[in-house]
Amino acid sequence: MTPLLDVRNLELGLRHGAHAHRILKGVSFQIMPGETYGLVGESGSGKSVTSLAIIGLLKKPLQILGGEIFFEGRNLLALPRREMRSLRGNRIAMVFQEPMSALNPLQTVGRQIAEMYVQHRGKSWAQAQKKAVEALASVRVPTPERRVHDYPHQMSGGLRQRVMIAMALACDPALLIADEPTTALDVTVQAEVLKLIRELCAARGTAVLFISHDLGVIATMCQRVGVMYAGCLVEENATRELFVDPRHEYTRGLLGALPKLGSRGLHGRQRLVDIDSFIADRSRLTDTRFIAPRGPVSGEAGS
Amino acid sequence: MNAPLLSIDDLHVRFPLSGSWFGRQRRMLHAVNGLSLDLAKGECLSIVGESGCGKSTTALSVMGLQEPTQGSILFRGKPFSGPQAPSRMERAMAAQMVFQDPYASLNPRQTVWQSLAQPLRLHNVTARSELSDRIETVMRSVGLTPEQAARYPHEFSGGQRQRIGIARALILQPEIVVLDEPVSALDVSIRAQIINLLLDLQEEFGLSYLMISHDLSVVEHMSDRVAVMFFGQIVETGPWSAIFSDPVHPYTRRLIATIPDPGAVLGLGREVAAEGPAQAPAGWSFADDGSSAPDVTQEPKPSELVEIAPGHFVRLSRS
Repeated sequence: MTPLLDVRNLELGLRHGAHAHRILKGVSFQIMPGETYGLVGESGSGKSVTSLAIIGLLKKPLQILGGEIFFEGRNLLALPRREMRSLRGNRIAMVFQEPMSALNPLQTVGRQIAEMYVQHRGKSWAQAQKKAVEALASVRVPTPERRVHDYPHQMSGGLRQRVMIAMALACDPALLIADEPTTALDVTVQAEVLKLIRELCAARGTAVLFISHDLGVIATMCQRVGVMYAGCLVEENATRELFVDPRHEYTRGLLGALPKLGSRGLHGRQRLVDIDSFIADRSRLTDTRFIAPRGPVSGEAGS
Repeated sequence: MNAPLLSIDDLHVRFPLSGSWFGRQRRMLHAVNGLSLDLAKGECLSIVGESGCGKSTTALSVMGLQEPTQGSILFRGKPFSGPQAPSRMERAMAAQMVFQDPYASLNPRQTVWQSLAQPLRLHNVTARSELSDRIETVMRSVGLTPEQAARYPHEFSGGQRQRIGIARALILQPEIVVLDEPVSALDVSIRAQIINLLLDLQEEFGLSYLMISHDLSVVEHMSDRVAVMFFGQIVETGPWSAIFSDPVHPYTRRLIATIPDPGAVLGLGREVAAEGPAQAPAGWSFADDGSSAPDVTQEPKPSELVEIAPGHFVRLSRS
């Protein structure tokens, strides 16, 4: 099976005069159609810039220095801007962390969703507005026919994130990039939004690139996980294997640093692992990488 | 058990919403409704709940930054709020606060040394040598070197800044430290270091923590007792083990069930105790099951905290 998204040796840097500072150092991973792939890492590890590079939204001092990103057989990095624009939102869509800053405060949410259909599906505004109501209903916004006329500030954080998801999934993209979509939300709302993303994407066969710093969220959502550290993908494995048997030193440290629910009841309070205490030299962390080979495609991951 | 260090009794905080200042019917937002809590010496009490449930307002009341509308807060049996409240100086010796975002809570134009020296000077520690001694000690105890005190906040990483925030809270040697989401802005690996530090300091200085958090796995790791808040009221409180292994109130159960925990999700650890519907003890019912947001401008329906096991209270109403 050919991967839907194939990131090969992606190198990304920050150019400042004659200096080039490398931010991503040869990141490679593949996402199969319908698969949910997680990128986990701490702030500054390069997970968000990876997603911006894929969707073609890198801003100035950041620059692609090398590598290829194949999506449905085409190299996104070599695509003319016009074609990239028609792809973006249509075949690849994105949900951002902070819906309040991602939505336009001066337009009703209905108009913003409708714009997707006008831009990419050639619908009239009247038709698109009707589709927007359906889209809101599909993300389980109560009374969607009233809510389409709301402005973003009239909605709660959870509802706004649902609007973002409705917008992203409006054109049935093949790939959804979700960059920390629930970090700003309360736990119970987070659980609802995660469930929504999981169910909608499974029903439509949308592949998801899920970015988060929260290992728990990654475990709930993803079939395969890549761990990023300092611009490198240091370990990649199927979710269960990664959590049960972390191979890379950094992954082990990360998992040990996490207070685990229920472990205090079983083993008493144990000191959390201080990552710096057992990794002697952080600069050597990126020397080793464990990329587990893909096993035979498991049932739900395949299409 | 000895008298509690801090005791909050029937705390109410209301904020005026709209309507005329002179009108008879001013709508009020009931942020905290009849909250009672005791904090013993050397224990860590966590208040958990979602945004808007009143947990930060409670913390601000303890710090004296929000005057209670009704109810009292006692510190060692003496009033800590209201007209007989101690002066700000005395209050500062008793309770200090560690904030969520250390960068926003440190003055960017002051070196760490200046930030740490200011409270001491205000409390009549003026001799240069004693200032230096105290600052050196506190810097070491939070895991920084005394030389780093000469730097400005922007020269530190997020974890180091939180250490400075803790150092500043400890410099006056308070008995109570209010931790308002102390680790939620930090990365996983840094978070573990700060949690370890907080636990070490608690043991070393016999500190009492009042921790505000929404991260239940951190709460389980750190707390001795837990209070779950829902819209201004405590719905369940008890020892950490009772709350996590035997949660009774539907809201507590829902909170625990929705934490994305790798062990629980992948079926590696023990089963989450919150499966299945909540059962109220015979003769009682849950006043509010936490499934929908109540009207915050109304006084909540009458209900009481019932002790179902030693120290384990659940909010119920008679059915």
